[in-house]
Amino acid sequence: MVDASATIASAAGSGVAAAQRVSKRSGLLSVLLHQKLALTGIAIVGFFIVVATIGPFLAPHGATEQFAGQQLKGPSADYLFGTDEFGRDVLSRLIHGARISFQVGVIAVGISALIGIVLGMLAGYFGGWLDNVITLFMDVLFAFPTILLAIAIMTALGNSLTNVMIAIGLVNAPSFMRVVRGSVLAVRTSTFVESAVVAGAPPPAIMARHIFPNITAPLIVHGSLNFAFAVLSEASLAFLGLGNRPPSPSWGSMVSSSYSVLQLAPWAAIFPGVAIALTVLGFNLLGDGLRDALDPKLRH
Amino acid sequence: MLKFILRRVLLMIPVLLGVTLVTFIIVRSIPGDPVQVLLGADRRTTPEQIEAIRQSYGLDQSLPVQYIKWLGHVLTGDLGSSLRTKRPLTQELGLRLPVSIQLTVMAGIIAAIPGLIFGVLAALKRNSGIDYATTIATLVGVSVPNFFLATLLVLVFSFWLKWLPPVGFRPFTDDPVQNLKTMIMPAVALGLPLAAILMRFTRSSVLEVMGQEHVRTARAKGIPQRQVLFRHVLPNAGIPILTIVGLQVASLLGGTVIIEQIFGLPGVGRYVYEAIANRDYPVVQSVTLVLAFLFVLVSLVVDVLYAVIDPRLRHAR
Repeated sequence: MVDASATIASAAGSGVAAAQRVSKRSGLLSVLLHQKLALTGIAIVGFFIVVATIGPFLAPHGATEQFAGQQLKGPSADYLFGTDEFGRDVLSRLIHGARISFQVGVIAVGISALIGIVLGMLAGYFGGWLDNVITLFMDVLFAFPTILLAIAIMTALGNSLTNVMIAIGLVNAPSFMRVVRGSVLAVRTSTFVESAVVAGAPPPAIMARHIFPNITAPLIVHGSLNFAFAVLSEASLAFLGLGNRPPSPSWGSMVSSSYSVLQLAPWAAIFPGVAIALTVLGFNLLGDGLRDALDPKLRH
Repeated sequence: MLKFILRRVLLMIPVLLGVTLVTFIIVRSIPGDPVQVLLGADRRTTPEQIEAIRQSYGLDQSLPVQYIKWLGHVLTGDLGSSLRTKRPLTQELGLRLPVSIQLTVMAGIIAAIPGLIFGVLAALKRNSGIDYATTIATLVGVSVPNFFLATLLVLVFSFWLKWLPPVGFRPFTDDPVQNLKTMIMPAVALGLPLAAILMRFTRSSVLEVMGQEHVRTARAKGIPQRQVLFRHVLPNAGIPILTIVGLQVASLLGGTVIIEQIFGLPGVGRYVYEAIANRDYPVVQSVTLVLAFLFVLVSLVVDVLYAVIDPRLRHAR
């Protein structure tokens, strides 16, 4: 289900934004709730970033440290989130795993954004056959089941963390390209762009100086929602055994490796699952909040 | 109208051709020799025998030739045979596609019913308890990965309550009750996140239409609430909702990869996943094409329905 949910979320978001506009008149409470949601998102994302950056120094135990005779212990004062089937501390593994999710999120979104921005700007600015070719290529990638495409790319490139980032980045580029292309088309016909064209500015300069600064808002929103998607995709691939191989503490592989002992030690699967869901939730909330804050049409 | 449909059908062709090409390139760049994988640990085969096997599958020809040949076969309806089982793919798909389609349809129903009902309710009773509950359910729904949802379902319904089997499959024609028992958890795991997306989208579409002039006019004329809803709001809000339902349900077919793996269902998702691992080229190429074709086909149907509902689109360039 990971597929396209980010794109849909962003498509749905514009409708949500319109709904917000409607509700602003009638219910102050709804506005407050919404701000609360955005604040919650910021808090979750902030916490996640702190854990991912300095967490490993604070973790009570090592990510792969095994405690003999402590297998499958429930949550206790010694092991706050319990231990897994190898007697490893689930909490410590979660903390170390945050770094993997964060890394994948940043780099995968970076790759998608780079491809999406370049192709989307070219397609939107020049139009014509170039637009047709780029759009066709993106439609082709879009027609693939996302997870399947990622699995195939992973298998071709080889099973490693770097390749997970590349696969997720590639798979997700079309959604960025669509956002950028749409935004460029909207700005392309504005007076300031046309006057720059008339003044004889070269296209690269126009794109960099006049168009790009005007499309950053939708890009930031899409980036945040996409981060959620990247975290979810990494977890899904890791669940299937792609990317981070055990004993690496990727959250997705923690859920899948604990699946066999689910009945004996549900905590070993539940905590990493909740960590994934919370992180994804945080970035989704942040993305929604950013959209409302960055869209000047909604402020009035 | 016919012209519109024809143009959309023609547009499908380059996309599907692109899909075949991209699949071919990716699959063929997977390291590893399918013949070696096929033979496994059997070391007695001589290089001559390996070469003979390779020739019998046409794997000794150059890549462009292999691609064109495969494409030619596909165009005549021959999807090829699995390198592994040697069974024709049309036969394999005939067994597996129904499983995945049943799963997708069940998931679609599980998603659509609560998604649409609660979406409309939340919009109608804006700022009420039900609206907030829907908002929160939506946010949680889009954030929980489906494999984790599946894990929780298995934990509760298989291990704690012991109501449903954690893995296994029975064809519907063999034993309908057992079939539903094995399919319900996978369908819920696949469908619930989509229910959240639909709820959110339905709510915003309905709200958007409710703010429009014609709805206000209808209300001002004193038309009863129910009639305003069914005559003015829902038909207009229905168009974007339909698109999302169509595209999302189509993309569920791809989401079956993980779910079928967890619940041990013999569907297409699991089949193609295993084929990638086994370097079973024909299977990956053809099954991916079939999945992409179904996706493109559903988008086409959605587009056409869209045009039927909204005449403006028929004439749009």
